[in-house]
Amino acid sequence: MPVFHARVQVSLRPSVLDPAGEATRAAAGRLGVHGVQRLRIGKAIELDLEAPDRATAEAQLHLLSDRLLANPVIENWTLEISEAG
Amino acid sequence: MTIGIVVFPGSNCDRDVRWAVEGCLGRPTRFLWHEERDLGGLDAVVLPGGFSYGDYLRCGAIASFAPVLEEVRDFAGRGGPVLGICNGFQVLTEMGLLPGALTRNRDLHFLCEPAGLQVQPGRCGWLAAYGPGERITLPIAHGEGRYQIEAEELKRLEGEGQVVLRYLRNPNGSVGDVAGLCNERGNVLGLMPHPERACDPATGGTDGRRLLEAALAAFA
Repeated sequence: MPVFHARVQVSLRPSVLDPAGEATRAAAGRLGVHGVQRLRIGKAIELDLEAPDRATAEAQLHLLSDRLLANPVIENWTLEISEAG
Repeated sequence: MTIGIVVFPGSNCDRDVRWAVEGCLGRPTRFLWHEERDLGGLDAVVLPGGFSYGDYLRCGAIASFAPVLEEVRDFAGRGGPVLGICNGFQVLTEMGLLPGALTRNRDLHFLCEPAGLQVQPGRCGWLAAYGPGERITLPIAHGEGRYQIEAEELKRLEGEGQVVLRYLRNPNGSVGDVAGLCNERGNVLGLMPHPERACDPATGGTDGRRLLEAALAAFA
């Protein structure tokens, strides 16, 4: 069965305050980099999924992203899929 | 009346809840390991504070798939009283039993202090003892208690009387000063403050005891 490689990028929705991102932005200034206009912290999840075909893999990855990896109340997610190997 | 207390790997207020319910209120409790499915003989279920499964991904995210919570979901669906405290509140939102989400405190600090609260009990059975607008003090202890929901949705919840507890002085940046929420039916309550830690004058107040006492009487 083919294996699909996926990368799910989870980011806070623009309306949600990101205090950790703000603290990091302040630290960038202390490092001497003063031009950082915006800094938001998200997370990336990489996984390999075995599935009979790409459509099935996509459906399962959508379910995973929407119900487990991200919480749509506060987060957005994007998905990249490629066939491994 | 027997109270079930869910125990996740990482729960640390499970014993506080047992002490409050058994030691202060004299009611029996039963611990429910997260892999259990038998809620037989229980009249109410408490999801306690602490952590769950390392709170990986988001607080309560992994816990919301625990076997015991499938049963808790059915129990709540039948009108069974469910109380989620702190991490338990986070779990209830991740499960979708309560709307919204709890995120990192505005100032990134872990807050451990008494919090003044205003109660608007509405139809929430857990708060049946309180009159509208009553003020109480309960301890808070959390790093991720900032309640978040879209403004329109918050308005709807307020209109439905589901915002049952508000901070008098917002400590964490929660929208609408939300400290506690109930579901439409009123049988599921989630709150960030810890009533179980305010059940004996020796440990800082008895407002939590009053809450638990009245709630358990109301559901008996």
